[in-house]
Amino acid sequence: MQEYRLLSTSGLLGYGFPEESLNAGMARQPHMIGVDGGSTDPGPYYLGSGKCVNSRMAMKRDLKLMLRAARKQKIPLVIGSCGGAGGEPHLQTVVGIVREIAREDAMHFRLAVIHAEQDKGWIKKQLKSGKIKALRNVKELDDATIDRATRIVGMMGPEPFQRALDDGADVILAGRSSDPAPWAGCATRAQLPPAPSWYAGKMLECGATAALPKGHDCLLTSVDRDGVVLEAMNPIRLCTPFSVANHSLHENASPCFHIEPGGLLDTSDCVFEAVSERAVRVSGMRWTQQPYTVKLEGAELVGYRAITICGTRDPMLISTVDAFLGSVRENVSVKAAAFGVKPEAYKLVIRTYGANGVMSGWEPIQRTQSHELGFVVEVIAETQELANAVLAIARVQMLHVDFPNRLCKEGNMAFPYSPSDIETAPAYRFSVFHTVAIDDPCALFPIEHETV
Amino acid sequence: MALIRDIAKACKSKNAGPFELTIDVVFDDLKLFERVRETGVICPALFARLYKVRLEDVQFTEYPAGRAFKATIPRLVASGDVGDTDVYGAQQHAPLLDVEIPI
Repeated sequence: MQEYRLLSTSGLLGYGFPEESLNAGMARQPHMIGVDGGSTDPGPYYLGSGKCVNSRMAMKRDLKLMLRAARKQKIPLVIGSCGGAGGEPHLQTVVGIVREIAREDAMHFRLAVIHAEQDKGWIKKQLKSGKIKALRNVKELDDATIDRATRIVGMMGPEPFQRALDDGADVILAGRSSDPAPWAGCATRAQLPPAPSWYAGKMLECGATAALPKGHDCLLTSVDRDGVVLEAMNPIRLCTPFSVANHSLHENASPCFHIEPGGLLDTSDCVFEAVSERAVRVSGMRWTQQPYTVKLEGAELVGYRAITICGTRDPMLISTVDAFLGSVRENVSVKAAAFGVKPEAYKLVIRTYGANGVMSGWEPIQRTQSHELGFVVEVIAETQELANAVLAIARVQMLHVDFPNRLCKEGNMAFPYSPSDIETAPAYRFSVFHTVAIDDPCALFPIEHETV
Repeated sequence: MALIRDIAKACKSKNAGPFELTIDVVFDDLKLFERVRETGVICPALFARLYKVRLEDVQFTEYPAGRAFKATIPRLVASGDVGDTDVYGAQQHAPLLDVEIPI
């Protein structure tokens, strides 16, 4: 094939995009349409809990327009990392929405669902045979960590997408995928070389973020043997050599070396040329095949969280805030111990906005100049009941603990809410962030086909 | 003498995965980027000092195509873990704003 055109609607399924941009993109006769569904960026909660990062309503709106467009022009619709984290509950939520739209619109097509959750027993076996490596700044994996994880997904490469298309899929909904994989899979399946195909994927996974002004909008990318041409479909957005080059900085450790399943995309020698006021051609990217690895992502439950929000306008308190918070902590430990809760049974975190609530240990300014300070007081414990009980004590200490030269003797804090104590969702942490070496890129990602 | 805040087009931070933070300083044109580069101020040691990380933990790239300097460092707390203050890592750039560039 001389040129393969891929259309991305936005940076994430459910972010929304202007319908006119989609129409403009479809008028260019793309060979496929897709959108990235996920990210680890919103934190570990979504992988751990099975909840989607975007709302069902927002995802349905995007899916409906994309499905109609794809079926009208008989091109594949391909979505990776469905529902955010790309685990089974996330994937099933998106599958449910697609079935619902098909029913409502009386659409019929062949749907492929690609699963990405991984079996813990299998992971332990790989660990024992030395096939698992920790990514930078991550602890080595062990059996106990695998056991504690509520969910572990594998990040698929392009091969499962290609297999699903080979098997006749019109619509592919996949679990956790490398962000560029759906696009790279389609372009390489059309016999285009891996270097421009992966590069195209790296750009498309963020929608029109590579354009100026950046925004959640549609991007068309044409791949040929030597490079790619990028163009935003909304007339207000322009792809310039600078905006496209800069997009390689986004959420990457390096703008030049991108490690992907099965190889390394090297963009060090890329050349960026304007082909019009709106479009940019990029060439010179290289792809080096490497032993195939799949990234594993897992999250574990940390505990149950309760928070309260309050603020002070008292200058005397502000001038001794560190000592004040020290007294609060001490009183909490004494009072909680009195009803049988030892300090090791909970974690108390107090964030001080106006001082170092944003940067914490990296904050270079030691002394706040603020005339008011805001606090988010947080307790995490093994049960919600425990967290609530300790937080209630912490709230009272924030309100009533004494400090030198205290004039505000009725209360130290302004609480904006009643109830002041808020149960938040269970708290998770990323516990698995490792790679596993494998032989068959499709083996970990079973594909189910159905006719909708 | 100029401050980064006065001459950069972008100065931003973001997660590069949940365990690392990446910081970019971007300039408007190649000439300015090259002048800044010649001063040698934006270098791995600057990030090591501002973010109190070991020099060998700073992955640093000069990226002329994007007229940008990039540094990637380990996060103090993984994204969303207990005590993390910035799940997206989007507000950790401020210490760079007042760095002086002798141009």
